[in-house]
Amino acid sequence: MMVFFALVRRELGGVFKSWVGYVVMAVVIWQVGWSLLDLISRLSGTSVVVPLPQLFYQSLYFWMTLLTTAPLITMRSFASERASGTYEALMTTPVGDVQVVLAKFAGALAFYLLTWMPLVAVLAVLRQVAHEPAFLDPYTTSGAFLGIFLIGSLYLSMGCLASALTRSQMVAAILSFMGGLGLWGISLGSAGDRPAIGRWGPLLDHVSVVRQMTDFAAGVIDSRHVVFLVGGVVFFLFLTTRVVESRRWK
Amino acid sequence: MDATPIIEVIDLVKQYPGRTALDRLNFVVGRGEVVGFLGPNGAGKSTTMRILSGFLPATRGTARVAGFDVFHEAEEVRRRIGYMPENNPLHLDMRVREYLRFRARLKGLGGRRRRQRVDAVLQQCGLTEVQNRIIGQLSKGYRQRVGLADALVHEPDLIILDEPTIGLDPHQIRAVRALIKELGQKHTVFLSTHILSEVEMTCSRVIIIHQGRILAADTTQNLERDLALDGQVVAEMAASVDAVVEAFRDFPELEALDVAVVDDDFVRVSFTPRNGTDLRTPIYEQVVQQGWRLRELTRSRHSLEDIFIHLTKNRKEEG
Repeated sequence: MMVFFALVRRELGGVFKSWVGYVVMAVVIWQVGWSLLDLISRLSGTSVVVPLPQLFYQSLYFWMTLLTTAPLITMRSFASERASGTYEALMTTPVGDVQVVLAKFAGALAFYLLTWMPLVAVLAVLRQVAHEPAFLDPYTTSGAFLGIFLIGSLYLSMGCLASALTRSQMVAAILSFMGGLGLWGISLGSAGDRPAIGRWGPLLDHVSVVRQMTDFAAGVIDSRHVVFLVGGVVFFLFLTTRVVESRRWK
Repeated sequence: MDATPIIEVIDLVKQYPGRTALDRLNFVVGRGEVVGFLGPNGAGKSTTMRILSGFLPATRGTARVAGFDVFHEAEEVRRRIGYMPENNPLHLDMRVREYLRFRARLKGLGGRRRRQRVDAVLQQCGLTEVQNRIIGQLSKGYRQRVGLADALVHEPDLIILDEPTIGLDPHQIRAVRALIKELGQKHTVFLSTHILSEVEMTCSRVIIIHQGRILAADTTQNLERDLALDGQVVAEMAASVDAVVEAFRDFPELEALDVAVVDDDFVRVSFTPRNGTDLRTPIYEQVVQQGWRLRELTRSRHSLEDIFIHLTKNRKEEG
């Protein structure tokens, strides 16, 4: 465990010692802030019957944040180490490949969760302003954060795989962004919060991250969504491990 | 002391698409040796070191470190080696002490022992004064020391250094070589270089590799002797040319003689021996016997560079 935590700490330290960490945090704070203004203007015009978090997670702001930050956070993971040569120094210590992959993922996830902390402040402000605790009940809020955690994990695991495939951070970010965009695009095919129609409708519905997030934000924790997202994370981390191990087959 | 060789390489082959980087390499490094792995760029030095450190697999053959197979028992091998890859990659955003602590953790050192070892290598590598500086702000010489400190921190059985002085200025090279020489007193060191003088200065034995094959492996003295490259003796004595030729006419083990007048009294004589025999003592005795005055008696030594050029030239001619 000592090695695992040393690696996670190094990952986090690396993010904060580079411009990427601060840019990502700035992007998230800007998008969360902007969405707050948008919500306030919408709420002051008409009354709504859906929980507040649900409104937020249906907005483009949330998805823009997720789609742009996950590739930025994970692009460094393996690609930068391979480019600088520190990867060779790392992989010749008595640390297992799986441990390295899990630590890099955990480091990225820890930073990702940290970047979402301003949202807690936004929700607190909204609770004060709206004077309506029902808008921000603990179930919907915790559901929403579970969604942020699980969907974020999926996107980050995809980013780790992209980063392991190349030594260029730029290529890693583009690959990861395209993958994330593709998954989000499929979700749009399922019409987001409405049940999808047609032959592929049920499947699209099942893999729709937008739909999953909508459910989580409404306080509905559907085990199918959890299984799908956790399975996705395991799948992408498994592929990442295989890519890392592949140097030993070449 | 454990009798198992620290490095054992048997018929090692590494093929990349369209090219053979290592072609049936065989060599052994014993414990306590400082061995130089010498060859031009692209000879296969780094590939061999990467295989030994468990970073790359071999296509065929076996490599063992301290008796452990580098592929099947990679983790055991990594525990026993301190490896500094080519170009000494470091996390430039970290501070020296912070980096060494991080690396010590990765190598399984915990608590008090980690603190002790980090302090010890900081001192050993002359880094105590810069321990709180950011690595990226250090000179290349200091960074190289950080790399060496990292390789040493877990007290490995074997230290593998890939081109440890590359890119350094002459002062830094001298400092790093001195450090390596010091390490050699306590550790087994296997270092690669394409700088011939480096091996001569720091290593007890040399393995010469060229185009993925080992051309020679021995001490520099033995290589000189075996290749019959050395042994020419130059002497300056007060005698006439004819007298010198007469005195050394039937000299045993003498292949050739070359005499030239230096000034009024002295001649300069070059003796070429058979089979690299050292002729200095018999020459001295003969000069004394003749009652001549002697003002110089030198045996010319061929450098490793000569050996290397000789070996690689032969290889090219064979090819």
